[in-house]
Amino acid sequence: MEAKTLFDKIWDSHVVKEVEGGPSVLYIDRHFIHEVTSPVAFLGLEKRGAKVLRPEKTVATPDHNVPTINQHLSIKDELSRNQVEMLKKNCANHGIVYHGLGTEGHGVVHIIGPEMGITQPGMTIVCGDSHTSTHGAFGAIAFGIGTSEVEMVLASQCIMQPKPKKMLITVNGQLSKGVTAKDIALYIISKISTSGGTGHFIEYAGSAITSLSMEARMTLCNLSIESGARGGMIAPDETTIEYVKGRQFAPKGQDWDKAVAYWKSLKTDEGAVFDTELVYDAADIEPMITYGTNPGMGIGVSQSIPTSDGLAGTDKTTYEKALKYMGYSEGEKMVGKQIDYVFVGSCTNGRIEDFRAFAAFVKGKKKADNVTAWIVPGSQAVEKQIRAEGLVEILEAAGFELRQPGCSACLAMNDDKIPEGKYSVSTSNRNFEGRQGPGARTLLASPLTAAAAAVKGVITDPREFL
Amino acid sequence: MSYDKFITLTSTAVPLPIENIDTDQIIPARFLKAVERKGFGDNLFRDWRYDKSNQPIADFPLNQAKYSGKILVGGKNFGSGSSREHAAWAIYDYGFRVVVSSFFADIFQGNALNNGILPVVVSPEFLEKIFATIDADNNAQFEVDLQNQKFTIKATGESADFTINPYKKHCLTHGLDDIDYLISMKEEIAAFEK
Repeated sequence: MEAKTLFDKIWDSHVVKEVEGGPSVLYIDRHFIHEVTSPVAFLGLEKRGAKVLRPEKTVATPDHNVPTINQHLSIKDELSRNQVEMLKKNCANHGIVYHGLGTEGHGVVHIIGPEMGITQPGMTIVCGDSHTSTHGAFGAIAFGIGTSEVEMVLASQCIMQPKPKKMLITVNGQLSKGVTAKDIALYIISKISTSGGTGHFIEYAGSAITSLSMEARMTLCNLSIESGARGGMIAPDETTIEYVKGRQFAPKGQDWDKAVAYWKSLKTDEGAVFDTELVYDAADIEPMITYGTNPGMGIGVSQSIPTSDGLAGTDKTTYEKALKYMGYSEGEKMVGKQIDYVFVGSCTNGRIEDFRAFAAFVKGKKKADNVTAWIVPGSQAVEKQIRAEGLVEILEAAGFELRQPGCSACLAMNDDKIPEGKYSVSTSNRNFEGRQGPGARTLLASPLTAAAAAVKGVITDPREFL
Repeated sequence: MSYDKFITLTSTAVPLPIENIDTDQIIPARFLKAVERKGFGDNLFRDWRYDKSNQPIADFPLNQAKYSGKILVGGKNFGSGSSREHAAWAIYDYGFRVVVSSFFADIFQGNALNNGILPVVVSPEFLEKIFATIDADNNAQFEVDLQNQKFTIKATGESADFTINPYKKHCLTHGLDDIDYLISMKEEIAAFEK
């Protein structure tokens, strides 16, 4: 039998039809929707007089556009409120489960799926959001889609996709102290750039990857899209099975045994061929921070901003434009630079382990006076856990206040906007110009590095404290 | 999504010689709050086009009268970032039908094709040639021939072949979208589910 990759096994078993000279018709097992990229899809569906084919396979929650304080009140911004209400209405009209603001199941869409056990190994999962790659951590094919494709899934439970190429990224060895999954991801993207993964689906392997917790794997897979890849995945193992077990929508009884047997078969066969293979050594990775305006512009926190030597033409002008926007100069050290804001949260780093790490770091310390911090749990369940574990008391004693779940300052669609020109150390996923508000300057980092910056008021190597 | 058929196009082009133009620049998140698909062109490249007081920024190419046309030419890795289809809607609504670059981000490329925008990939060298051509003559004409998959600099006759998936080409030239096709597959999909 032909040796297959993990990706091939799942992809091939979901192809309904190969269109001649065209993309594959791919069956979708789970579809997540949110308020921003779904309304036009529902509108299109209604215009065609079509119905949602399998409403039970779609799950909805509003996250991008919601306030992170006073969620019990009506949303103040009229357009945001309208979008959230439209999602609720569309779900009611089409029989789709909707996890509204303030309810037990509410949260960032990529946080609640895994939390409830909706995300499982071997599935095809899509959502009108590029960070759908998060779910690949379970050994699923998960990727972001546009609104036309959201409409396709609603109407037919399928989408049309060309099969991507395959990339294997192996990270061997043991991570150093203070180095997290976020740092692995930012390190890889700094090596291959924000277009290095384009056209590919990544499988992550190696001892540094298999030793990661499920939540850390989600952080890594989440950031796959920032390398340009469609998604990233990790073969399911005991860690995966242990995580899924007992969750609300996980298979039960005999179904569970059957599922586990199948999940255990989901790994790349010996001799299977990838289009691209990259190997890294975990020991080379240090806590990372970005200095520019795309996630590929990252360096070890102890290092200096690279010079533009060797760049020419559009490469050079693009580089100079980025540094100008950031207010930085070539060759400057990152450590010691003043910051103004810290944001902890998002689908990248908004899970309980992220808040545990942040709280453990700031315990017994104080937030720097020059720093405004927004600590935003990824879901109601995460918030509940933060409270149950007594982390709120630790955070409050150190001068941090916990907000309510949502995407928040990751993309600043709600009121959580970083003011123009201000520097924000953010655990989110994009440092594009204006991403966190018009003129905002974003420095991507792990929750640990964010905690160190929050306490010192300047960019700090978290290892100083460990 | 309905759009006009695409066969051939001859037009001047607007240059944006910047790399990694991400979807947050094409349409910032704060303009994604609409529940209908209209008016997105007004906010295309909003924060590069207008300053804080909503005054046009003079040196941004879209604000320069000397540049016009239905072709947008961008630096490599055009459309990286978010999956927001609003980026494609904004480009189409503004009046562009073709985006040329040496490299497109995957999701953007798919979204463009689903909305009647033709993404044309050319070599980095040819891309530089296009920028230089516009630089030398702002009124330089370019021809995009989808049937023969050819992009031509009219003044010199130099051309580059581009690739497109045959199915997507069929859709563009007939103004079709995937959704009707998928709906017509209902029985095959039901059979697959069993």
